[in-house]
Amino acid sequence: MIGILAVQGDFREHEQMFRKIGVPTRRVRRAADLVGVTGLVIPGGESTTIGKLAREYGVEEEARRRYQEGTLALWGTCAGAIWLAREIEGYPDQPRLGVLDLSVARNAYGRQVESFETDLEIEGFDRPFHAIFIRAPVITRVGKGLRMLATYRGDPVFVRGERAMVTTFHPELTDDPRVHEYFARLAEEEVRAKAG
Amino acid sequence: MEEKGTLKVKTGFAEMFKGGVIMDVTTAEQAEIAEEAGAVAVMALERVPADIRAQGGVARMADPKKIKEIMAAVSIPVMAKVRIGHLAEAMILEALGVDFIDESEVLTPADEEHHIDKWAFKVPFVNGARDLGEALRRIAEGAAMIRTKGEAGTGNVVEAVRHARRMWKQIRWLQSLRKDELPAAAKELQAPLELVQWVHQHGKLPVVNFAAGGVATPADAALMMHLGMEGVFVGSGIFKSGDPRKRARAIVRAVTHYDDPEVLAEVSEDLGEPMVGINIDLIPEEERLAKRGW
Repeated sequence: MIGILAVQGDFREHEQMFRKIGVPTRRVRRAADLVGVTGLVIPGGESTTIGKLAREYGVEEEARRRYQEGTLALWGTCAGAIWLAREIEGYPDQPRLGVLDLSVARNAYGRQVESFETDLEIEGFDRPFHAIFIRAPVITRVGKGLRMLATYRGDPVFVRGERAMVTTFHPELTDDPRVHEYFARLAEEEVRAKAG
Repeated sequence: MEEKGTLKVKTGFAEMFKGGVIMDVTTAEQAEIAEEAGAVAVMALERVPADIRAQGGVARMADPKKIKEIMAAVSIPVMAKVRIGHLAEAMILEALGVDFIDESEVLTPADEEHHIDKWAFKVPFVNGARDLGEALRRIAEGAAMIRTKGEAGTGNVVEAVRHARRMWKQIRWLQSLRKDELPAAAKELQAPLELVQWVHQHGKLPVVNFAAGGVATPADAALMMHLGMEGVFVGSGIFKSGDPRKRARAIVRAVTHYDDPEVLAEVSEDLGEPMVGINIDLIPEEERLAKRGW
């Protein structure tokens, strides 16, 4: 079961994409909603809002515990990527999970009029992925042991660790399920490894 | 190859506001309070609707200096309002780097016949609507987001409820029709056939749809979410109340947890004085803001 953090943002678009590929999902608003969930998606939205609301009602704490225990895979899109990053440049106090060794700069491409769409080459994908960047953060530092699966203008835009990944673009706003399939596999392998 | 200002980038940005609260602010200090409370964006204004209503006169786009101060004060997106049809005010806001423009009936209309051609801008627009036809006309003009008009500055949610219910009723009606009945429906709604067909097929508006106009309490906000709205604008309701900090925070929680009565009860407690509010029936027809735009 994939959980989708549903405190704010475009969580329905993620749900619809997982439904399309036959993966069951559950909305996560409180810690108890994480029971039985093997992968948690943090959607796009406003990172300051998501950070505050996830801290209340225990979601942040429980997600951290489960991630460290090795029973929860994580995927953050845009605002969700900010939530997973260890360091947010200029906003040291912004609430976040902070489990991935990354530094991010919020809105580093500029304000909304600078938002853009473009085709991306992603490692392991047989054809380009149409990526939509909306007031996207820039990943300014990638920690040891993390893999860059895609870059744009030299900056990483898709990074993964052992059981967590971030995309600074929005696969949920397209009709292309490949990144969702990628995460569903990652979450499943995680469980299998734990069970085995 | 990268493309900016596309429809996908505009409507996709609006998707990011869903489940969130957008708050009217008139100073940098208020903007900081809104951000701290968890607002997903702020609307930079010269005067909140309740004051526009009380003071009268022509209401215009805010002073760029004020908008810049607000943009500098917060990291969340900043919206600002222009008068209906006032494309020069919109050009100014786009040049300032405002993230979203509200072509709003709360300000005095500059054009009584035409709305702004929103396709001509890179910056996305939100427009008010009282029913499905009006919403689809605005989308045809390039709006990337819709909100109910409600009746701004009253602290009375009844008009927003009326508009939300009417829009959904019309969407359900469209879905009940046969395909060959859609052209007549488009004529009746005074909306483009293409968009009517889209709604018939998908059972929703093609863009994000928020509640606005009269939301004053956490319960009001939760009510609008139950009526199928995807988020909430709060205008005068916060900074015209006794304890804006607390009320702003409570309304944000009410939108996230609108389906959780325990949380709603918890956040509704001890919020201080709400804004006084106006009974809509006592407002003369010609002073009703929702009547502006067409």
